[in-house]
Amino acid sequence: MADTVLFEFLHTEMVAELWAHDPDPGSGVSAGSRGEEVGATTGQKMSLSVLESMGFRVGQALGERLPRETLAFREELDVLKFLCKDLWVAVFQKQMDSLRTNHQGTYVLQDNSFPLLLPMASGLQYLEEAPKFLAFTCGLLRGALCTLGIESVVTASVAALPVCKFQVLIPKS
Amino acid sequence: MAVCIAVIAKENYPLYIRSTPTENELKFHYMVHTSLDVVDEKISAMGKALVDQRELYLGLLYPTEDYKVYGYVTNSKVKFVMVVDSSNTALRDNEIRSMFRKLHNSYTDVMCNPFYNPGDRIQSSPGGPYFLCPIQSRWALLPVSDPVQVGPTPVSDPVQVSPTPCVRSSPGPLITW
Repeated sequence: MADTVLFEFLHTEMVAELWAHDPDPGSGVSAGSRGEEVGATTGQKMSLSVLESMGFRVGQALGERLPRETLAFREELDVLKFLCKDLWVAVFQKQMDSLRTNHQGTYVLQDNSFPLLLPMASGLQYLEEAPKFLAFTCGLLRGALCTLGIESVVTASVAALPVCKFQVLIPKS
Repeated sequence: MAVCIAVIAKENYPLYIRSTPTENELKFHYMVHTSLDVVDEKISAMGKALVDQRELYLGLLYPTEDYKVYGYVTNSKVKFVMVVDSSNTALRDNEIRSMFRKLHNSYTDVMCNPFYNPGDRIQSSPGGPYFLCPIQSRWALLPVSDPVQVGPTPVSDPVQVSPTPCVRSSPGPLITW
């Protein structure tokens, strides 16, 4: 039972640690308050992409390990269903609450009580802090999809904690 | 007993090839290369068939007079090809399947290794952890509990970042497809 919180604590510390390097402007220091703002946003983007790429590598490994005994996937929708069921259960001990698609390569995965946001708040408090806690999970989804042969772009949005939506865009080739 | 094992990536380039008779490596490389066509054929045939059962184990790809070639594809489209001596008739289908299963487990462990970048060649050095137990030791008949360690660099020297060169017992040509 303690296993679930181990990952949550590790994730919280990861975000806190990677976000702390934000005040240092990455490259190109401009003077003045406007420069500080620019530096902060670039630093934030860097942190988000670092978190996302960490999730990507983990997702690649999970995408290799989890579907080992299951039969080969027949089509894209099967892969998405695998993500919603098996991957989510393995990482968060619950299934994704809803999966919607427009059959044109866009999938919206909705989780009504996302475990990484659940301890933070319920409602609109901390809404602006929420995105950095979703970056790792976006990378996780993208990595798992990549191992299973699907190039995609994954973004997340939060309307009210702890409900969050992950949007998976698969470009048509 | 397997005489050659190959791990082929999704984009059809080799991640790992190892063969026992050291004097004829090139022949096995060509054999594995030609078997890829058969593998692709089987995969696309599986996709078009309306059968619900989609297996990972592809079975006997094609027999030659001296050798038999078996194939296996994972969910991430990584292919394993195994060349087996035809004279050894004791090898049954489920033994081959268990060999492939062990290979799949080892490959999964390699993927989970943080020092391995997906898409790189898999290095296996004799001094450190092995990707596979050497083919010479008839690893197909090893008990399941035998530990198969993985890792691209030796555990005893974690500082060493540059990977050890790919193990090839004879200085034959390095084939990159």
